[in-house]
Amino acid sequence: MINILIAIAVLGIIAACFGALLGYASVRYHVDGDPIVEQLDALLPQTQCGQCGYPGCKPYAEAVANGEAINKCAPGGEDTIKKIADLLGVDVQPLDENHEQDAGPKVAFIIEEDCIGCTKCIQACPVDAILGAAKQMHTIIADECTGCDLCVAPCPVDCIEMRPIPETIQNWQWDLNKIAITQVD
Amino acid sequence: MESIVERINQNKFWHFHGGIHPPEQKKSTNEKPIRQLSLPKQLILPLQQHIGRQGDLLVKVGDKVLKGQALTQSSNPMAVPVHAPTSGTISAIKKSVIAHPSGLSELCLFIDVDGEDTWRERNICQDFSQLSHQQIIGKIANAGIAGMGGAGFPTHIKVNTKPDINFLIINAAECEPYITADDLLMREHSTAIIDGIKILDQLLNPAFILIGIEDNKPQAIKALKHATESIEKIKVCVLETKYPSGGEKQLIKLLTGKEVASGALPIHSGIVVQNVATCFAISEAVINDTPLIRRVVTLAGQALAKPQNVWALLGTPVSYLLEQAGFVHEGQKQLANPPVIMGGPMMGFSILNENVPVVKTSNCILAPSKTEMPSAFDNNTSEVECIRCGQCAEVCPSQLLPQELQWSAKAKDHQQLTKLNLFDCIDCGACAYVCPSHIPLVQYYRVAKAEIRQQQQLDLKAEKAKERFEARKLRLEREKIAREEKHKKAAAARKAAMNKKTPEAGAAKSAVAAALARVKAKKAAGAKAQEISAEPQEVSNQVQDEKSQVKAAIARAKAKKEAKNKAVEPSVTPDVDTKQLSESSVSKTNVAEKAAPHKAADDKKAKIAAAIAKAKEKAKVKKAQEAELPTSAEAEKNPVGEQVKQTNVDDKKAKIAAAVAKAKAKAKAKAAEKKQAPASITENNSEEIK
Repeated sequence: MINILIAIAVLGIIAACFGALLGYASVRYHVDGDPIVEQLDALLPQTQCGQCGYPGCKPYAEAVANGEAINKCAPGGEDTIKKIADLLGVDVQPLDENHEQDAGPKVAFIIEEDCIGCTKCIQACPVDAILGAAKQMHTIIADECTGCDLCVAPCPVDCIEMRPIPETIQNWQWDLNKIAITQVD
Repeated sequence: MESIVERINQNKFWHFHGGIHPPEQKKSTNEKPIRQLSLPKQLILPLQQHIGRQGDLLVKVGDKVLKGQALTQSSNPMAVPVHAPTSGTISAIKKSVIAHPSGLSELCLFIDVDGEDTWRERNICQDFSQLSHQQIIGKIANAGIAGMGGAGFPTHIKVNTKPDINFLIINAAECEPYITADDLLMREHSTAIIDGIKILDQLLNPAFILIGIEDNKPQAIKALKHATESIEKIKVCVLETKYPSGGEKQLIKLLTGKEVASGALPIHSGIVVQNVATCFAISEAVINDTPLIRRVVTLAGQALAKPQNVWALLGTPVSYLLEQAGFVHEGQKQLANPPVIMGGPMMGFSILNENVPVVKTSNCILAPSKTEMPSAFDNNTSEVECIRCGQCAEVCPSQLLPQELQWSAKAKDHQQLTKLNLFDCIDCGACAYVCPSHIPLVQYYRVAKAEIRQQQQLDLKAEKAKERFEARKLRLEREKIAREEKHKKAAAARKAAMNKKTPEAGAAKSAVAAALARVKAKKAAGAKAQEISAEPQEVSNQVQDEKSQVKAAIARAKAKKEAKNKAVEPSVTPDVDTKQLSESSVSKTNVAEKAAPHKAADDKKAKIAAAIAKAKEKAKVKKAQEAELPTSAEAEKNPVGEQVKQTNVDDKKAKIAAAVAKAKAKAKAKAAEKKQAPASITENNSEEIK
């Protein structure tokens, strides 16, 4: 009988010790927020275009963390879906049918003669990449523009268009087989 | 340090890992002097010929320019100006294909050469040792000198460093096959090169100056040794010929035994490396005030009848050079575009358009024949599977693992590529050269490097976009809070003003109280009216009375009419009408006013209603007249009726005016007292009359 009591007591003490240890650890190493959201957000292209139905990339990252479909990011395309699938350990899905893959990086352009200075596009821009004031001509800060398309619809005079980013020496990609490797005898 | 100097003095140098010994192919060009070419008809000058940024244009179309005149300028230190290589007229400024593997177009200046080759004014500097560092650096920068070995880094930045330079290394290795431009330059212009080195010595003040040269250039070695005999500090170091000993890091390793760490620059180890051609350009710029407007270009390859080194003005189209060298299409006529390579066979690139101009970094134009370089002719690479022989790793001068890199590059595993130090690859092509499976390894690396760079740019942009998005969200939040705060403050201010005991506030309060009282009164009136409607008998009696009165009046009128016989005086009837109707209308307006005492609009409505009532009454009266006058002369009746009508119209206005005046008077009188009973009766009344 005494042996059983001793066993219970010993096990109880061990359990209490580990419990205390775990309790301490959970306080000491407490992680604020959900790190998965940050990781997902880092994978998204940050165009803030809202094509996924969420107001920006971070909200979509939060939604994905809560079980939203991973195939709604059109600017990110297949690559992003693959990366998210890898991160979450789920199957890769094709891009959502309602979302078309972007043709290529674009930048907004304001036809300045037509601009009436209504500031509607400025309010629509998610990254404050449009410069202007009421009744003054507006213009795009091309380097900051994410090509999200959100400024096109609010324009009452249709003076904003999306232009593809031209290929220059700086963003040119090597094309295999264009240059033959030379072997000299 | 001691041991390094000892070893150098004993001509015992170090080795770098790997390297290959491709056939040199230098014989065809290194036995002939550098040829001077006649002036081409047109020069095409790209605004950017170096790493960095392009300058701003100083000229416009139609301008006449003199040889050596600066065409661009910029305050940006990474921008290097370009100069007119000869005198002529700017014929166009437009996009044109440039010397780049992409074959893309960039902004170029087109100069129509006038053939006179007139120089701008030059200030020859007799003694450069009198010049300050800043003056020398200024001269180098203004001369538009960028590294002429291949990369084209702006020279004035490279030489503008802090002291503590241990080694100034002059790169004269020229290790790539075919190219002999530096070799010939050293033979023919060794004094100028040594002057350039002296200028660099003055600027950098290094402990040692080492000229690294491969042993396959005996004449150049002799010339350099002869020119440096009297100078202790400069040491000509003859190296074993091995590709790529001319690589910056490889040359440093060979001469000093030091390895430049991954990602670090030679300057971090106190070493500066300059190309011999750059030294020549520096001496020209500082001493002769001659900007960088020409360079030696090796024209080589079996497709050329006269392969030779030439002095080519920058901007000379490649087609012109090929023509001068006797480009023959023997056995290649079926080919629309025989391959032309800019740069050496190992690191150069095919140019797709022969109008591409020579730029500051072009050291060789290679036009191979099909037997010489069959791979350049067919685009189908004969690549087969990697057999894991490991030869590529053996020859890699950067000690990378080309095979692993290749797999990761094909899988686009950028993380793994970075881990394998892809960016230490110098694109030398040694791995591809030895590969028995003919895998174009360097091409894979080039693609992967470009992709990673692009990805980094995108990541950077995404990071910036994220920051801006977050900042905007914060701003909107802040603005919203500020707006709410403002609204709250405004509301509080209003309340405070109401509660104050100022006379205005008191008045406002009493007005509100009065309005409330009126509303209450109206409600009470409504209740009373309902009570009163329980006695309709009385009301109808009154109506009967009124009707009879009307009838009496009409009778009287008729009597009068008859009496006066045509000279009618119809004022009686209207009088009755006026009295009666104005009474009813007044009572109505009264009621109306009481219902909504502060609304003048209701008055108006009441008036209109009264007017309508009157009009109806008149119509009734007329009917009555018609009905009661059948006995009287029919001929009489009509004009009378018409007269009555007319007067009625006139009277209407007067009646309305009177009614309004009365209503106003009554409203004033009755504003305070609330005796609604008669009013409501008359209201009912008038309704019945209607």
